[in-house]
Amino acid sequence: MEAFAALIDALVYTRSRNGKLALIAAYLRTTPDPDRGWALAALTGGLDFPAVKGSTIRALMAERVDPVLFALSRDYVGDTAETASLLWPEPPVPPAPPPTVAEAVTALAAMTRSTVQRDLAALLDRLDANGRFALLKLATGAMRIGISARLAKTAFAQAFGVNVDDVEEIWHGQAAPYQPLFDWAAHGAPPPLGEDRPLFRPFMLAHPLEGAVVDLTQAFAETWAAEWKWDGIRVQIVRAGRETRVYSRSGDDITAAFPEVAAALDIPAVLDGELLVRGSHQGGEAGGAASFNALQQRLGRKIVSRKMLADAPAFVRLYDVLIVDGEDLRSFAWDQRRAALEALMPRLDPTRFDLSEVIAADSLDALAAIRERARDEAIEGVMLKRRDSPYVAGRRTGLWFKWKRDPLLVDCVLMYAQRGSGKRSSFYSDFTFGCWDGDPDAGAELLPVGKAYFGFTDDELKWLDRYVRTHTVNRFGPVRETDRSLVLEVAFDSVHESRRHKSGLAMRFPRISRIRADKPAHEADRIEALRALVRD
Amino acid sequence: MRALASWIRAEPHGIHVVPADCWIDPSQPVARALVTHGHADHARGGHGRTLATTATLAIMALRYGVEGEGAVPVAYGEPVALAGGVTATWLPAGHVLGSAQILLEHAGERVIVTGDYKRRPDPTCAPFVPTPCDVFITEATFALPVFRHPPVEDEVARLLAARDAHPDRCVLVGAYALGKAQRVIAELRRAGHHAPIYLHGAMERMCALYADFGIDLGELRAVADTSKAALAGQIVVCPPAALNDRWSRRLPDPVTAMASGWMRVRQRARQRNVELPLVISDHADWDELTRTISEVNPAETWITHGREDALLRWCELNQRKARALALAGYEDEDD
Repeated sequence: MEAFAALIDALVYTRSRNGKLALIAAYLRTTPDPDRGWALAALTGGLDFPAVKGSTIRALMAERVDPVLFALSRDYVGDTAETASLLWPEPPVPPAPPPTVAEAVTALAAMTRSTVQRDLAALLDRLDANGRFALLKLATGAMRIGISARLAKTAFAQAFGVNVDDVEEIWHGQAAPYQPLFDWAAHGAPPPLGEDRPLFRPFMLAHPLEGAVVDLTQAFAETWAAEWKWDGIRVQIVRAGRETRVYSRSGDDITAAFPEVAAALDIPAVLDGELLVRGSHQGGEAGGAASFNALQQRLGRKIVSRKMLADAPAFVRLYDVLIVDGEDLRSFAWDQRRAALEALMPRLDPTRFDLSEVIAADSLDALAAIRERARDEAIEGVMLKRRDSPYVAGRRTGLWFKWKRDPLLVDCVLMYAQRGSGKRSSFYSDFTFGCWDGDPDAGAELLPVGKAYFGFTDDELKWLDRYVRTHTVNRFGPVRETDRSLVLEVAFDSVHESRRHKSGLAMRFPRISRIRADKPAHEADRIEALRALVRD
Repeated sequence: MRALASWIRAEPHGIHVVPADCWIDPSQPVARALVTHGHADHARGGHGRTLATTATLAIMALRYGVEGEGAVPVAYGEPVALAGGVTATWLPAGHVLGSAQILLEHAGERVIVTGDYKRRPDPTCAPFVPTPCDVFITEATFALPVFRHPPVEDEVARLLAARDAHPDRCVLVGAYALGKAQRVIAELRRAGHHAPIYLHGAMERMCALYADFGIDLGELRAVADTSKAALAGQIVVCPPAALNDRWSRRLPDPVTAMASGWMRVRQRARQRNVELPLVISDHADWDELTRTISEVNPAETWITHGREDALLRWCELNQRKARALALAGYEDEDD
């Protein structure tokens, strides 16, 4: 555990990607099995201990530290695990040497709701402050130390001199502590591939077109294929060994939430597409997809009611085919995969699968004009894919681009601010803003319409933080109410009816686009202006 | 019951000793100022008369040009009679060179204003003297139970280990130019590091002042006079603001360290872009603050700047009468 704690600590203070990779790689090379496998699981979010929750830690501390002092400390530190690690009353002599990572994982996995208080405390008593921090981070599964799963896998590849795409692929059939993965990478054992299991394959992703350098010297239509960027969730449907699974972009298994989609695929294949709900919102009647809002009702469910299946039937609009009938097409050009996908369509259930249309555009300007229409048709934007691009994991430069439609803008008034957590723990960085429910000069009130915590630069954040501190009229715990004097230009992708807010509206992807310190609050927008943008 | 020390008023710009018409650490110019120590948020220029220890006056002369007839030196432990029947005595506070608590006596009541203080040994200044009083006006910079400063020896050992681990780089330590820098240097010497230590230009005169007051800091050299190559494997000390400044580009790939009590909290170190956080503070940590209140055992504790909520709560839990004073302008972000 000491080596793992030292790694976590060093990662917190290392900014550069290469520095982080080197630290993780060195740890993986020098740490024995199975500790390094468990550590890798912790870094990639592959551990889950149901008995240990954030509330467990708070309860554990409530028995040992005055709750007011804990709350004040937590508010200052910005992280429950770190606060607890610092406040833990150390026994004068540790009852036993620090546990190994494997020992800690075994103990955590064996804890139940009735034993967790005692057993977690016993582990904490054996560690110093850094060790306690690492243990609590590992136990609650929220590392938040700026290490993505992709970075950890890249470090693994670097540690043992193997290809990161191979690591991604083999990874998904493995469970922590990944012994076969280490046997393969570190000791040259054959790769543990699961041909007959419905495994996730890493997605190919796109770069934003804005600011990218796109080679337009070649004939546009021959080089590039354009498609609509549908506003659903990107999924991969995999059938192998008589089982079908639906995976989200992060590789999470969401089959249970969309049983009708899983049941409809009976060909061994790996397909890439957009999960949507039937409707007429996106692309009009012909488009046949409802708004993202409709899809959202179906996300995160373990059991789906018959009514839900009837009211909001899901389907997949297919973008690509990775594997079909045992043949891996990923190294083929997009054009060839597209032909294979079109050939496959007649074999698929048309109520659950349709084909993403290719947009005819012979220049970028023509595509730009088509993209302008995306707003009216409530589509997210357009995609641009090189016709010769193989299907490669991650975001490869120059192959695929996404070109989202321009955001909608509205001027709101800052109403409340809350401190952020993590690296923003000392800053007021979560902003709730509102619009007027009538004429502000005739006594109208501000109603909250949304909350945003990004879109601003670091310098703007400092400015906003200072503004909040000097314009506070009320405090409610970590929340400050401001004097409603600051106008913020808020950008967002779309706005929908919602019962969650008093205003009856909810924005999608709201972010602070500009600080309008120059604009008086009474000139901010009214609710009607926002409501007029609803396209439900 | 009569209110204790009603002759002392906390105003936004300082503590007013009414019968003597003196101000303690005022943030605006006044006729008569009693100054606890030389840090900028406590010691400002422009007062009619400034009473402070000899070392504090020397520091103020160096930093803010306070000198001449207005500067009245006082010695630790020697009572000074002020107007209105008030006596003031400067007692060591253990914060930085010349730092003092000020004991005020009037009408049979004793009030102590601590200024900033710490309880740990510091080779560069006289140790804090706990003194009984009726009202104890304490700082609260690190008044949260998460702040427990580790032994300074451990932190200096980590600093030296970082230097040994990177012979091609230098270790750049950000440290407040008055007090922290000299303490870090003195602790390095105590740990057996006798190689020259390199200074940012803003540190040089203050280190020389410490040497004039008899504090041996060993051989110090100016970064400005040294080539980049010669700085590899060396320790360089600079003000915190210079850590990520263009100035640091003249150094060989520095390991960025910062000596501060705030380094106890990870995100504070990250916000500073620090690779090697050193938890070295010139302020009392939570245990020192609460132990000092217990030891001094005043009838009332008044809390000035910092995290007063938590210290108030501790006083409440321990049945101690306390209140927070709202003073403006104290900032200790650079500790």
